[in-house]
Amino acid sequence: MTQSNSITLTVNEQEYTRSVEPRMLLSDFLRHELGLTGTHVGCEHGVCGACTILFDGESARSCLMFAVQANGHNITTVEGLAPLTSTPLPVGEGQGVREGLHPLQQSFWEAHGLQCGYCTPGILMSMLPFLKENPDPTEDEIRHALSGNLCRCTGYQHIVDAVKLAAEKMK
Amino acid sequence: MKPAPFEYHAPDSLEQALELMSQHAGEAKILAGGQSLVPAMNFRAAQPAVLIDLNRAAELSYIREDVNVIRIGAMARERHLEFDSTIAKRIPLLHEATPFIAHPQIRNRGTIGGSLVNADPAAELPVLTTALSARLKARNQSGERWIDAQDFFVGMFTTALNADEILVEIELPFMPARTGWSFMEVAPRAGDYAMMGVAALVTLDESGKCKGARIVYLNAGEGPVDAKETAKLLEGENINDKLIDDAANMASEKEINPFGNMHASVEFQRHLAKVLTQKTLRVAIQRAGEMQ
Repeated sequence: MTQSNSITLTVNEQEYTRSVEPRMLLSDFLRHELGLTGTHVGCEHGVCGACTILFDGESARSCLMFAVQANGHNITTVEGLAPLTSTPLPVGEGQGVREGLHPLQQSFWEAHGLQCGYCTPGILMSMLPFLKENPDPTEDEIRHALSGNLCRCTGYQHIVDAVKLAAEKMK
Repeated sequence: MKPAPFEYHAPDSLEQALELMSQHAGEAKILAGGQSLVPAMNFRAAQPAVLIDLNRAAELSYIREDVNVIRIGAMARERHLEFDSTIAKRIPLLHEATPFIAHPQIRNRGTIGGSLVNADPAAELPVLTTALSARLKARNQSGERWIDAQDFFVGMFTTALNADEILVEIELPFMPARTGWSFMEVAPRAGDYAMMGVAALVTLDESGKCKGARIVYLNAGEGPVDAKETAKLLEGENINDKLIDDAANMASEKEINPFGNMHASVEFQRHLAKVLTQKTLRVAIQRAGEMQ
């Protein structure tokens, strides 16, 4: 017997209703059910941070939650960062048209804050609330805030630079 | 890695959760923050037949000041403990130690009750509640009972809770007057499981002598390791450097029982325990002295 639950949630301002098996992880739901593959899946046990999303505005590991738990909640993924150019959102389930980059993304581009890019969406979604809480962070605070996200390419130096630049741009 | 199938319930009140717990006693697990349980399920190390999700029982998420105690609902998130001003004022040891619990993304979801019931010997909250003489309230359908933190952790990942009980509240007494505190741990990377950690509390009397001490270790045995003999060594004494060294030697050589792991041998863990004991005691004594 497979249980199936109907859930309604908001992802990047768009509302979705789906039927899910309770064991489906939120990360898999975003990727496979909604086609939002910007949320990456690395370790699936909460260590790497690649799947970090915003859950009601707070950063969280989407691999450590079940999609059914997101019923009635508000999710933001990396796809929701860039500014919307079409409002209102399309009727139905489209994500709408977004153009350009969020200042945080722009900073990662300019400061070369990524190489392979696998960890980047998770890092962006961790840094967004961090910079909101700490608009003027020290390098030490930035490194501490990045400790929950693994990058195996960069050695972190350019990521730290990108976050510093983003703090400037977002002031 | 995908969890095995399970039956899912998301009650919106504690009463409903207790009823489900009684119906499914022995086969159900409570889903609190899920920051330890879900990884275990992803690995299929845990395969509960029934999952009772407490995240919709809003009545279990509170931090409130009462007479000489702070009461914390089992579903209060670790991030809320971290930023609570009453905790910072009344129980500064807890305030100091909370940022050491994993990463912000984990603390946003992780709950105090979930961490305590998980009873990981390497976790901070079991050590902190033991050091702070917390009392834990367990409920089942027929009633409630209070369990002292020091009796709650009965072994590795094992607590004194019965199969139909849910941990609902944590009662933390205010730290007594002239009590200094310190929490330190050493981890390979900020937020990782620590190789060793120590919570120390020292209460001085009006003449500056040690009235009481509590030194509790994480990742040093099957649960929080309360170094009672070491604490006795300090009681009634004017604590000097020699006594701090004696205490650090006694605790690290005789009272803790670390197992070693891929990051740290048993010898290294004992070394860390010794150094951290010296450091935390010095800080705690200094802070207690400043309150005279």
